[in-house]
Amino acid sequence: MSLLQSTQFRPDPSANATRRALLRAWPELQNPAAWLVALILVIMPLIANGFFLIEIFATTLILGVIALSLMFLAGYGGMVSLMQLTIAGFAGYMVAVFGMSGNANISLGWPWWLATPMALALATLFGTLGGALAVRTEGIYTIMITLAIGAAFYYFTNQNWAIFNGHTGINTVATPHFWGVDWRSDIAFYYVTLGVAAICYFAVQYVSRAPFGLALQGVRDNPRRMAALGFNPNAHRIAAYAFAAFIAALGGVLQVWNYRQISPGSVSVGACIDVLIIAVVGGITRPIGPFIGALIFVLLRTFALDVLIKLGLDGNRFRLLIGLGFLAIVFWSSDGVIGLWERWRRRSASSTQRSGGGRHG
Amino acid sequence: MTRLFGALAALTDVTITVRPGERRAVLGSNGAGKTTLFNCITGDFPPSSGTIRFFGEDITQFPPYERIRRGLRRTYQISALFPGLTVQDNVYLACRGVSRGRFSFLRPGQNDALMHATETLVQAVHLAGVKDQRVAELAHGQQRQLEIALALAGAPRFILFDEPAAGLSPTERRELIEILTSLPAHMGYIIIEHDMDVALRVVESVTMMHNGRIFKEGLPREIESDPEVQELYLGGGHE
Repeated sequence: MSLLQSTQFRPDPSANATRRALLRAWPELQNPAAWLVALILVIMPLIANGFFLIEIFATTLILGVIALSLMFLAGYGGMVSLMQLTIAGFAGYMVAVFGMSGNANISLGWPWWLATPMALALATLFGTLGGALAVRTEGIYTIMITLAIGAAFYYFTNQNWAIFNGHTGINTVATPHFWGVDWRSDIAFYYVTLGVAAICYFAVQYVSRAPFGLALQGVRDNPRRMAALGFNPNAHRIAAYAFAAFIAALGGVLQVWNYRQISPGSVSVGACIDVLIIAVVGGITRPIGPFIGALIFVLLRTFALDVLIKLGLDGNRFRLLIGLGFLAIVFWSSDGVIGLWERWRRRSASSTQRSGGGRHG
Repeated sequence: MTRLFGALAALTDVTITVRPGERRAVLGSNGAGKTTLFNCITGDFPPSSGTIRFFGEDITQFPPYERIRRGLRRTYQISALFPGLTVQDNVYLACRGVSRGRFSFLRPGQNDALMHATETLVQAVHLAGVKDQRVAELAHGQQRQLEIALALAGAPRFILFDEPAAGLSPTERRELIEILTSLPAHMGYIIIEHDMDVALRVVESVTMMHNGRIFKEGLPREIESDPEVQELYLGGGHE
């Protein structure tokens, strides 16, 4: 660093630089609300019954993980991939195919600890190859190509009987039992999903500030300049697809354990778009967004039916509610619920102290 | 170091040879092909024909990032930064881009060499006070300074400055001249600059371009007093 040494170099005087860096890296640490949410999530089995634990919270966490993989690509990489659910579904199918299920003619009967890593590896490979195709395009064409992959996989599972068992899918998929615990029992499974979701959340948060994540954001902002700084933008994009595919695959494994079955309906184009809706409604600027979006989606899906019937409307119209909510979010807050909340917080903060700086929104 | 060119349309049979460590200005009116010349050298847009040699190595077929990793750098006429990231992250990316670990999943520690390099560069371009601000929030002059910092990362051997003084205040221009003249002697550069006061004070040779061709080459003093150049620059500058 002989460069420009003549100009004054004033070392950072603050002794608490480490502390500041830590807080900058993990802003949650100083947020009491985050600690409260974490505590509630951990003691959830004490307050919620099996229905809430699995149908609401575990399902939210699983969908959140899958949507998180989209958030990573879209938020940090600027790539909207509609195939994240397809990757998750592929992982789910692989768990059913390599592991044990009611369809003994298809399943290979591997133990879960072999079938699961196999499923994760294959799904990551699948997502990476899809990504390698998609990075040749930008914007709307990325959406189209990933949607095409999703649609093709849906129709393929419908028509292929040798591996995917056609439209009936694979049923009674075995779930892990070890250390004397049935890991699909409500409480145990809740903690498994919570653990995986937490790891994925913190991994994305961590990587976003690591060289790889920063470079990905650089590629999002200005790929040409990234190349002029020595980076290979497409290699970074493909690596991002691989990382996101692994996260989506984790969600897919949890999902097939949750429902104990998988069929083409699980990987339909509609389900692919649900993941996009979840991510956008929650907000794709931060990793917490997809989980908030997933909670809203699951609550609406579960309870809108009852509410609508009480109001004398057709219960099957819950999708209409989701659609209207989606429209409202996109219309008023392009960065989702997270964006709404951040703007509200900033407004209340700027009323106490005048500090400018308009962020994007 | 030799660079040979023969790109059609924007550039016609342009040959420009710069010695290692040489500092040269490329002058010319708008549309003379100056920026196109830069784009060909860095590989942003490859030349339609001809070759580019960088310290003797033929880099014509290399993608831009391979050229950068060999010590070539450039700045952009219209700031090409990462508005969503902070000043520090911008400079850190520039330092990371020309070293190993571009795909690293591990965050840099407090004593990371690249973090120190980043710190030094941020200080050098007088941006230490705003290092945690997002680039989108910076003033124009600060963005221009950051633009230069990105080109100085790592160990550049040769830098292409594309109108670094554009839109700068007189004070900022003085700082720019100071930065350019204090670069280590082995670090050559080509500077495109309309402001003769800046351009001719920081170079030892000048290439004058017109309509995609080399029009004249010489010492700053010669070019400045050349009647043909004055005619072209002052008279035909607004084509």
